[in-house]
Amino acid sequence: PAVAGPFGLGRVAEPDEIAAWNLDVSPDGTGLPDGSGSVADGEQIFSDNCASCHGEFAEGLGNWPKLAGGDGTLANVDPVKTVGSYWPYLSTTWDYVNRSMPFGNAQSLSADDVYAITAYILYSNFLVDDDFVLSRENFTEVEMPNVGGFIPDDRPESEYAHWRVEPCMTDCKGVVEITMKATVLDVTPQESTD
Amino acid sequence: MTSDTKLKATSRRAFLKASLAAGGTLAGAGMARAGDPLITEVQPWAQGFGDPVDATPYGLPIRFESDAVRRNVPWLTADPISSINFTPIHALDGTITPQGCAFERHHSGAIELAKPDYRLMINGMVDKPLVFSYEDLERFPRENHVYFLECAANTGMEWAGAQLNGAQFTHGMIHNMEYTGVSLRTLLEEAGYDTSAKWIYVEGADASSNGRSIPMEKALDDVIVAFKANGEALRKEHGYPVRLVVPGWEGNLWIKWLRRIEVTDQPVESREETSKYTDVLADGTARKFTWVMDAKSVVTSPSPQAPITHGPGPLVITGMAWSGHGRITRVDVSKDGGKTWETARLAREGENKALTRFYLDTEWDGSEMLLQSRAIDETGYVQPTKAQLREVRGLNSVYHNNCIQTWWVKPTGEAENVEVS
Repeated sequence: PAVAGPFGLGRVAEPDEIAAWNLDVSPDGTGLPDGSGSVADGEQIFSDNCASCHGEFAEGLGNWPKLAGGDGTLANVDPVKTVGSYWPYLSTTWDYVNRSMPFGNAQSLSADDVYAITAYILYSNFLVDDDFVLSRENFTEVEMPNVGGFIPDDRPESEYAHWRVEPCMTDCKGVVEITMKATVLDVTPQESTD
Repeated sequence: MTSDTKLKATSRRAFLKASLAAGGTLAGAGMARAGDPLITEVQPWAQGFGDPVDATPYGLPIRFESDAVRRNVPWLTADPISSINFTPIHALDGTITPQGCAFERHHSGAIELAKPDYRLMINGMVDKPLVFSYEDLERFPRENHVYFLECAANTGMEWAGAQLNGAQFTHGMIHNMEYTGVSLRTLLEEAGYDTSAKWIYVEGADASSNGRSIPMEKALDDVIVAFKANGEALRKEHGYPVRLVVPGWEGNLWIKWLRRIEVTDQPVESREETSKYTDVLADGTARKFTWVMDAKSVVTSPSPQAPITHGPGPLVITGMAWSGHGRITRVDVSKDGGKTWETARLAREGENKALTRFYLDTEWDGSEMLLQSRAIDETGYVQPTKAQLREVRGLNSVYHNNCIQTWWVKPTGEAENVEVS
């Protein structure tokens, strides 16, 4: 059942227009195009297009994002959140690389390139062997380590239920002491005086 | 006035100022005080011309207000293209954010997209996939509303402790504008959306695309496809010519340079809702789809960038409060780090999912204060302390830090970002 449009504004989108823009890929593989790519090809393509920021082993250079590593660190003081340690779905890697990378030259990779890069990122995270070939056909067989690591927003139960109470107004606590100061870190940009 | 007389007037004023200073020190000894030369002397602005009406077709703030500008923190991000800057909330009052200093957050820069080049596609589970031009959008019935947009990461650097010294930096990933546009529901109906569809996926025209999934219930509720803000076209950096307005929900969902709306039966689980905008808890699991921005407030003055310079006596403590759940109904202010609270005065009745200005008109005795504010919204939700948030979430959530902020105001009137027990 559908709702009728009363204004008659806009025009029907052409199939080639939809194909050009409708690129998103979902966890069940919806949206993936035909194609395939190997770890070996991905290593070369990654080296040419990605390694200048993300490192030859996807380990990240400088402040640029690490794409590999960080296994088992999510409960640490400083978790390292990478494709391997954190991302729940491989579809997101394919989709994001395809649409938005390389940074500054997005949408310049072929479907086969993106399959190959995705295979190389899996390899960099020790999730596949070096002879692995990723394709549309075997794509959804890859399960990411942290696929079970996410829960839908539970604030209504874990927070709102407890914090919707009339708050204290007087004598709310005893001694109040300063426990941390921003000027100790001194990382705020200074205002220029010119 | 000739340059010669101007010189004389200047030197005469300089002389009088010097006399005034001298007189001031001698006043206690019974000497007569000279009058304020800004009053007793004819000033140039009271004598000559100001600027003509053709000098400034579109004006900027007067140069003395150069403090009220966006600032960025270079070390926060790897580069200034996928980065953030901050609204100078310490210098603003009222609720409407001037667009020119309203914060920016881009993932591949602020793109230039002309109206003739603009296209909006609606596809997926619809009767007719449609393409709209910019002109088409202006022919649909319009609405306008004021809403806050708060980045999910606002105050995110403060999770582990007091870090950045200024309300602009700790709370300035926010702006509040009056938007004009078309309800998203109207556009979805025009395309004939499948009423069994549970989600939409929205993306921008920029290289990052910033694609996000939004449940259909929200899409049909109060989401706007907006083309005007604060009366004029959107600024380039805010999505010109068309952006999504998602009232009460995290800023990342407010897709700029909006180019496509896909009706789907499942969330895409895009990069911006898996890798980013998911909130890691202490045990290493992470919340996803944490869309709503909870009730929050901050004292904007006094604050580290807005110290007290006038000494003891009457003091206006002011700040802003907001909630993604609806209206702010009350703001409490504490001067002693949360031991005692006074209820502040709201400048106007709280508006739905919009900034509310509060004032506490008080007397300052010149002693140190630990200033806090605490917002309460129409659902009865009370803004929590950082300790309460940490107890539930740990230290690594990155996003959605709506904790009570403390400013340590010293006897000098200077203020500092601190945490208290």
